[in-house]
Amino acid sequence: MKKDIILCGVGGQGILSIATVIGQAATSSGLHLKQAEVHGMSQRGGDVESDLRLSTQEIASDLIAEGGADLIISMEPMEALRYLRFLSPDGAIITASEPFVNIPNYPDRDALTGELSSLPNVTKGDIAALAQSVGNPKGANMVLLGMAASSIGIVSESDLRDAIGSIFSAKGEKVVALNQASFDLGVKVSKGE
Amino acid sequence: MKDKRLLLGDEAIALGARDSGLSGVYAYPGTPSTEITEFIQNDPLCIQRGIHSRWCTNEKTAMEAALGMSYAGKRAMVCMKHVGMNVCADPFVNSALTGVNGGLIVLVADDPSMHSSQNEQDSRYYASFAMIPLFEPSNQQEAYDMVGEAFALSEKYSTPVMIRMVTRLAHSRAEVLPRETAPQNALSPSSDMGWVLLPAIARRQYLKLIDKQPAFLSASESSPCNAILPGREGEGNEGLGIVACGIGINYVNEASPACTGIVKVSRYPLPVQMIRDLGSRSSRILVVEDGQPFVEHEIKAILGADYPVLGRLTGDLPRTGELNPDNVGAAVGRPSSRAFPDALNMAPRPPQLCPGCGHRDVYAALNEVAASYPGARIFGDIGCYTLGALPPYRSLSSCVDMGASITMAKGAADAGVFPAIAVIGDSTFTHSGMTGLLDAVNGNANITVIISDNLTTAMTGGQDSAGTSKYEGICIGLGVDPAHVRVVVPTPAKIPEITGIIREEIQYKGVSVIIPRRECIQSARRHASARAKAAAAAKTKDGEK
Repeated sequence: MKKDIILCGVGGQGILSIATVIGQAATSSGLHLKQAEVHGMSQRGGDVESDLRLSTQEIASDLIAEGGADLIISMEPMEALRYLRFLSPDGAIITASEPFVNIPNYPDRDALTGELSSLPNVTKGDIAALAQSVGNPKGANMVLLGMAASSIGIVSESDLRDAIGSIFSAKGEKVVALNQASFDLGVKVSKGE
Repeated sequence: MKDKRLLLGDEAIALGARDSGLSGVYAYPGTPSTEITEFIQNDPLCIQRGIHSRWCTNEKTAMEAALGMSYAGKRAMVCMKHVGMNVCADPFVNSALTGVNGGLIVLVADDPSMHSSQNEQDSRYYASFAMIPLFEPSNQQEAYDMVGEAFALSEKYSTPVMIRMVTRLAHSRAEVLPRETAPQNALSPSSDMGWVLLPAIARRQYLKLIDKQPAFLSASESSPCNAILPGREGEGNEGLGIVACGIGINYVNEASPACTGIVKVSRYPLPVQMIRDLGSRSSRILVVEDGQPFVEHEIKAILGADYPVLGRLTGDLPRTGELNPDNVGAAVGRPSSRAFPDALNMAPRPPQLCPGCGHRDVYAALNEVAASYPGARIFGDIGCYTLGALPPYRSLSSCVDMGASITMAKGAADAGVFPAIAVIGDSTFTHSGMTGLLDAVNGNANITVIISDNLTTAMTGGQDSAGTSKYEGICIGLGVDPAHVRVVVPTPAKIPEITGIIREEIQYKGVSVIIPRRECIQSARRHASARAKAAAAAKTKDGEK
């Protein structure tokens, strides 16, 4: 069993934290893992992407091939579209619905939403507003992770929740609780609750 | 048995060095190598062991200090990004002649595809040029293990050893199983005259280096780092043999093509016999290597110019850019499994200066002034502020290498360009700008130098900057008239004041320096949160009393 995931967004949105949580959950459940990250210049408000590969077998390539990704998890709707060539025919997209506009030529919003909706297996959520609703404005990434939890599958929802606990433990109980609440809300939203 | 750890390739190198008895790492920050030194700076055992890990001013000072530690008998590592090799090339090449005492590793992280760089030069040419052994790990575990082997090899043959990483390995995480941590070497400075490279001695040392070459080759042939792997029978690819270097093997394994066999190369000089064996069983060889066509050239010398060798030179793999599962898959005949066309509603999102960054105010002021001088040219340098070349500022006419802003402005001013302005960051100035400023002062060049001081090495994530709090002193010490060393605070409100000062200094005939100084907002944020944390901790402690 394997799960190849593209995590993407804009520099500073917290995609590496999502990767760290999934990575922690995967290693604690004994899976093989490779995760290619983006550091350096691209982090300055530009597009960022991380390839995360989880498998019960040994993994060869650090990068996912075109047409190979089971999931695109994106902090930003246009960024989800950027990596479409990597999505497998029955792959799924889980993305923030609200654009992050920091370029003058950002596409027309309705056209963008229309194109996203025309694809199979797309789940959108206003993750910033959802995070705000549990009093954790910095936790949009954990809401998104919660929304993706059942699609990630290869690691369980409860392992992901525990991983949030251990990753954020250094920042104190309050931060752990807020991030787990954000995650829980994401899970609920994905189940239509 | 120790527990497995999830590590970046860079972190695996750092941990491997610690566990091999490292006594000092020397480096200037540079993507994708920075995390090696940072790991050692933050690792509790490294701190407890007193392993040297303070940042150096540039790669040349780092290389020389590492060589000095090796001279003293201890194991040292110098780390840099690929273009840092150009900066330290002088001591690097000569270190092959002096040889080493304690083990010495030169760790270079190449950046194929130029994710964060101005070229994609391949450091394997440097190892070959200096005639020293080279390791090229294919995964994080190999990166960890090869550090130990490289130190042992370095001490066995008294030679510096290069380890070459690439971005994809440096910045990719996977599990690593560590071993026990070895003790450090005892202090035992060399008393060999071979360290004194006077011509008569250097000639002898060069012959010694040449005499080591057969041993380097046979050590490489017998090393488990290189292997001849059986091919996979199947349809297509008749007669195809594959030579896969470094991380190239991962993409070959991912595609799992039919072939006569695979030579996996993770150590150089190239295992000549393995390549001859594969060549004799195959009718053509595909070379899968990340970077420039180094092995592709070398194999022609082994198999003969007429033997069909495929790779980047023949177009079977792209001539530039990094390897990936798709271009390697295509080269071995694996059909693409791409399902979706590119999206229609998509635009590039280039990196940009952070909102609130002081460099923004510097460029706003510079552009305002430059607009009134049609002949104005602004020469840029390497750092976050290079983004001033892009919209909305479009201020810069050049960005070449560390320090070139000042010297190119000088050359252009010598030729008659007016006003010739240089923009350089604080850390880049101490890295390679100071000597150029001395040239400008000695030639009384009519230039205006902006040292945009954000009190850190921001581009690579906020490392200490070597010259912090010393810039006015350095410039005055190099001979800039103190009346023309001006310090300003770059904020939107101060732009009228800054433009006035820029105008004054452009009118001054000679070298002037303007230092806009305001902390990088990313560093400021980190420092504020660290202070808040410390205050909270102190409060809790007080509460416990």
